[in-house]
Amino acid sequence: MSILISKDTTFIIQGITGREAVNMTRECLDYGSKIVGGVTPGRAGREIYGVPVYDTVQAITSKTRVDGSIVCVPPAFTRDAVFEALAGGIQIIVIVTERIPRFEVAQMVEMAKAKGARIIGPNCLGVLSPDEAKLGGLGGRAVDAKKAFTKGPIGVMSRSGGMTTEMCNTLTAAGLGQSTAVSIGGDAIIGSTYADLMPLFEADQETKAIVIYCEPGGRMEAELAAYVVEKNSRLPIVAFMAGRFMDEMPGMRFGHAGTIVEGKADTTADKIEGIEAAGISVAERIEDIPGLVKQRLGMS
Amino acid sequence: MRFYEFESKKLFGMKGIPLPSGSRVAKSAAEAKEIAASIGGPVVLKSQVLSGGRMKAGGVLFADTPDEAVAAAEKILALEINGHAPVGVLVEGRAPIDQEYYVGVTWDGFARQPVMIFSDMGGIDIEEVAEKHPEHIAKRNFSTLAPFSEFMAKELVAAVGVSGGELNKLTQITTRLARTFIEHGLTLAEINPLARLADGTFVCLDGHVDMEDEARDGQKALLAKLEIDPQEKRQARPPTKFEQDGVVVDSADHRGVAGNVVEFDGDLGLVIGAGGGSLTLFDAVRKHGGRPANYCEIGGNPSVSKACNLTKLILSKPGVKKIAVMMNVVSNTRVDIVARGVVKGCVELGFDPAEKIAIFRIPGSWEGDGFQILEHYGVEYCDRSVSMFEAAGRAVAKMKDA
Repeated sequence: MSILISKDTTFIIQGITGREAVNMTRECLDYGSKIVGGVTPGRAGREIYGVPVYDTVQAITSKTRVDGSIVCVPPAFTRDAVFEALAGGIQIIVIVTERIPRFEVAQMVEMAKAKGARIIGPNCLGVLSPDEAKLGGLGGRAVDAKKAFTKGPIGVMSRSGGMTTEMCNTLTAAGLGQSTAVSIGGDAIIGSTYADLMPLFEADQETKAIVIYCEPGGRMEAELAAYVVEKNSRLPIVAFMAGRFMDEMPGMRFGHAGTIVEGKADTTADKIEGIEAAGISVAERIEDIPGLVKQRLGMS
Repeated sequence: MRFYEFESKKLFGMKGIPLPSGSRVAKSAAEAKEIAASIGGPVVLKSQVLSGGRMKAGGVLFADTPDEAVAAAEKILALEINGHAPVGVLVEGRAPIDQEYYVGVTWDGFARQPVMIFSDMGGIDIEEVAEKHPEHIAKRNFSTLAPFSEFMAKELVAAVGVSGGELNKLTQITTRLARTFIEHGLTLAEINPLARLADGTFVCLDGHVDMEDEARDGQKALLAKLEIDPQEKRQARPPTKFEQDGVVVDSADHRGVAGNVVEFDGDLGLVIGAGGGSLTLFDAVRKHGGRPANYCEIGGNPSVSKACNLTKLILSKPGVKKIAVMMNVVSNTRVDIVARGVVKGCVELGFDPAEKIAIFRIPGSWEGDGFQILEHYGVEYCDRSVSMFEAAGRAVAKMKDA
């Protein structure tokens, strides 16, 4: 099994005629994903690799079931696109766009919550369930994605899209496949945090362990630690913490928009202390992750 | 982007938040004297730097006459604080204070909503108040979708036990601060301390404003009013020449990213990516005892010329002996394009790529084509079977003989 998406997930791409979106359409189709339409206002009637383009989300949702949408429009139009998807009753919205003002992200997250829908991202590469489907650019071309991602028992969540692939590749090489890999996004405010997605992985009987990529800034790791303790999660978690050098450089922004050390709680040292106290194993290097996972699963 | 105190106060003033009398920034001692004279009473002079600890460092001085103000302004303008030279000196009237409060609006990472914070113990670090005197602090989230309404601020202020005429005045100031936060894409709007003067009026004694970079495009009108250069990057320290050159490289064309260059003083140039990969690789180089000359990020499939120009910029930095070209397994950035760019950068500077590139570790899309180019130039490369950490180790090992 997988979380969020499967072979049967139907989805659309908003902003489908953009350069990156055209590539992504091809990648997702090749991977076996079901794309039932695309939206670019004023471009109705076109086709992108056989996927019909419409002017509105409603034009698609009015005649077919749409489970998800990948939003791939410029930052100034993203909020409207997400509201349009939510109005159409779409339940899973992957926002690829980066550099969206935080207030607007918060508005989208609040609106999604009111509608009972889920946002992944923004500033993310999407979701991939090996041998099922991928929603977004995660893993790149289907041929490349198949090299890095294989089916198995590990749930993966990462604030970095590139590192999602790197970690899954390392797990795959060690014989540990993935149930679903989620690039959750690099912004300070995102639709789905580690703690938000944990219940989904808990409910998926095939997921046996969790691997996460963390970095400085934000409260997501602290939120996860609190969740693990409070819910007494059945899933062992292995975390990799990047950006340790940033602890010495408060106020400097590196990497993602959400990655900045403003106070003690933002430092990797503080975060590592917090998650270790909650029973999460912390890997010093990416290649140490599979060994720690196997150890936690009693496989070694 | 952090605002200087005088910019924060100018913004607050525009929004109807009361300021000390005559509050204005001076660029020279003569100007400070003029401002002090027009205030016509005791004044405070404050160094305008983006660094904490101004008071301790001697960056805040008092003066009773315009002549005293000149002497104080001269001292302050000549004083560097934690390596920051002041951009001016803020001069404002000083009046007796009855009580200090704290009011701030920022983001709550847990609730994913803004949060207002109020305390009747102002003037000290708010985190310290929260820890030692939790009964003197109140917090309240507010919706980003529902319109902001004054009662939200009133509930916040009343929660600390404030009532009477003070409640209404503080509600109004808090409301204005929250609306400023919402309207201008701020990540922090803070008044600390907010003082109640002996005559019962309130003034903002010190203010902090932080605006997120993502909001700047939509805030051009405000930035112009505050005379802030829309291109100006304000981090914890001013950008170096090398970092400014990095911005030029990255903005040459819109395809992909090859920038976010940060200068360090080592000998190993880093051509690395992407967001998370760069953090991981920088840590790995340091863990192996390597000395990075820079931090940077490549991502989103930059053009050959961008990768080439970034390589040239880094190789031209004094003290750089070799570069390491490394990324995580890439999805949309093409390995062959980066390979072509870095090789071209070496050749254009008259270097042998095989000698200058300590290691090339970028696996992923179009890697076959990329590896072929590297093979041709004799550059050491590795695929995904070599970890990021190991690749960094190989690069650092080569520096020993460089």
